[in-house]
Amino acid sequence: MPKSKVRLGSLQVDVDPVLDAGCPLTAADFEPASQEEKASMVVIKKRMSYWQDAWRRLKRNTVAMVALGVIIVIILFAFMGPSFVPYTYSQQIRGSENLSPMTYSEKELEAAAAGEKVFPHVFGTDTLGRDLLVRVMYGARISMTVGVTASLIVLVIGSIYGSVSGFLGGKVDAVMMRIVELIYSIPDVLVVLLLQVVLKDPLTDLFDTSTSPLIESFSGIGVGLFSIFITFALLYWVSMSRIIRGQVLMLKSQEFVMAAQCLGASNKRIIKRHLLPNCIGQIVVTTCLQIPSAIFLESFLSFLGLGVSAPLASLGSLASDGLGGIYSYAYRLIIPSVVLSIMILSLNLFGDGLRDALDPRLKK
Amino acid sequence: MRRAGSEEMLEYVLKRVGMAFLTVVVIACITFLMMNAIPGSPFLDERSQPPEVLAALEAKYGLDKPLYQQLGTYLTSFVQGDMGVSLKMQKNRDVAEIIFEKFPVSVRVGVWAILNAIVCGIPLGCIAAYNRGKWVDSLLRIITTAGVAIPSFVVCTVLLIVFGVRLSLLPTMGLDSWKNYLMPCFALSFYPMCYIARLMRSSMLDVINQDYIRTAKAKGVAPVMLIFKHALRNSLIPVITYLGPMVAYTVTGGFVVETVFSIPGLGRYFIQSILARDYPIIMGTTIFLSILIIFMNLLVDIAYKIVDPRISFTKGGE
Repeated sequence: MPKSKVRLGSLQVDVDPVLDAGCPLTAADFEPASQEEKASMVVIKKRMSYWQDAWRRLKRNTVAMVALGVIIVIILFAFMGPSFVPYTYSQQIRGSENLSPMTYSEKELEAAAAGEKVFPHVFGTDTLGRDLLVRVMYGARISMTVGVTASLIVLVIGSIYGSVSGFLGGKVDAVMMRIVELIYSIPDVLVVLLLQVVLKDPLTDLFDTSTSPLIESFSGIGVGLFSIFITFALLYWVSMSRIIRGQVLMLKSQEFVMAAQCLGASNKRIIKRHLLPNCIGQIVVTTCLQIPSAIFLESFLSFLGLGVSAPLASLGSLASDGLGGIYSYAYRLIIPSVVLSIMILSLNLFGDGLRDALDPRLKK
Repeated sequence: MRRAGSEEMLEYVLKRVGMAFLTVVVIACITFLMMNAIPGSPFLDERSQPPEVLAALEAKYGLDKPLYQQLGTYLTSFVQGDMGVSLKMQKNRDVAEIIFEKFPVSVRVGVWAILNAIVCGIPLGCIAAYNRGKWVDSLLRIITTAGVAIPSFVVCTVLLIVFGVRLSLLPTMGLDSWKNYLMPCFALSFYPMCYIARLMRSSMLDVINQDYIRTAKAKGVAPVMLIFKHALRNSLIPVITYLGPMVAYTVTGGFVVETVFSIPGLGRYFIQSILARDYPIIMGTTIFLSILIIFMNLLVDIAYKIVDPRISFTKGGE
């Protein structure tokens, strides 16, 4: 290596040793790049939308994906299942009372011997000869419906309340948050029970006498379920509204909100078009985690005999019916309980996975 | 400086107490008004009476007065301990008397359940955090995840079928001996225990990574001492915040557990009176239990502020 010829104190940059250090440059290094070389430098990764990105992260989470699979199976079981079973949930089959799972009554055995096709009672039958499989399917359907509807109610009320409170701020916010605090400290289950008692008679009257098509369509779900929805509308939106408020407080000081304000957008438009879409991750996650808690509450009420009214059955009321015959027919208690537990568990796990996927900052 | 802190504390406590009182009053009013909204009069259900008799009865019980006066009367008599009399369950018996007869039974089950949840939940969380990533942690995580998802009546019925019916080890109903307490207390404590274990695990993991723990480790503190003495104190704070909701859960979870195991407590009685539509009992019990839950929450909140001086008393955004 040639010795540096630069004298001490000179301003001339001493580049020779640097250039010679690793690989010596050849003439080929100064050729223009070919098309292939240029192409290889371009980042090949496709641009990903928010949802694609979240989905990619969710797919890597095995637990959440298994939970999603289980949820899909349960939904199919609950909504498609009854059409494959020849019995209905209120049909009382004479002579087939109290059958164990996968057994037949004498009548059915005779029919089978005569060459008729007899559908097995996969989960057995209850004291009135109703097929438990169909009842569990209907129960799961009701639980799912309650969960989703209640969460949607919470979603609508909570996000509107929270975003208005957060966006307006000041005294309005203070008053609105005091109300939330008040509702938050009311013991919810007690009020739910109270509402079940109070709403029963007026709602029954309303459903019996009213001719308006809107109310008619509600009467199908029964008084018990309807009062559960009212309860959710009254009490359960508070945590959602707190989350949305926090998010809106964070967002509203950002430039795009000011830009919208400068362009003359109304408050309503800013909340609808700018603030809420930016909270979408939190909204989806909170709604999703609300579903299992609504199912939880509904089964709790039905188990105590306050939720759905006969002949409709939910998983909670099926378990409660099964409690009477615990010594001889334990399966009647176990089957709905297991289905319910699996349902709530997988919804919880999926919700957790969704939270990690949509909002990686929250992940612990 | 110190003085300012205690003044702040006083202000906070006063504010919280005021809020709690307000909540109780609101609940009492809601309960009263909702019960009044139910159609029908208490004197209508038996034999039909001439209108003069009805009017006289209503005048006697003050039902002819405007609603706000009735509300005032109800609230003042409630404060004096008069919650009216039972209409159906135990006819004409004083509601307050019934509550104070039934409530101690529920308290006995509930206190054991809370103790069990704390005594078992905290060590389980510590063990999981200490063995992070090993099979013990995974096993505990599976159990606690299931535990917070499974409804309490499922836990009750599984216990009932396994220990009560199949193995016939434990009695399935009543509260005669200590054996009767095992299943209800465990069933009631299962959810809070799992919840506490999860809380404990995550807060313990936060604490374990802090510098002072490393210092203690470097000084040669034994692992058991490290976890149960040095790390435990700071990681207990989230668990303290859960104590309030846990009391509420124990009260409402007691409804199910007492119903399943036929325990003659207030929870079961409350559900029975709801099904029988015995309004004075429903009102009295709802307000009584609400007061209990709200004041337990209040105590826990204040305790939380005392335990953790890092939290400011003046109410911030979150």
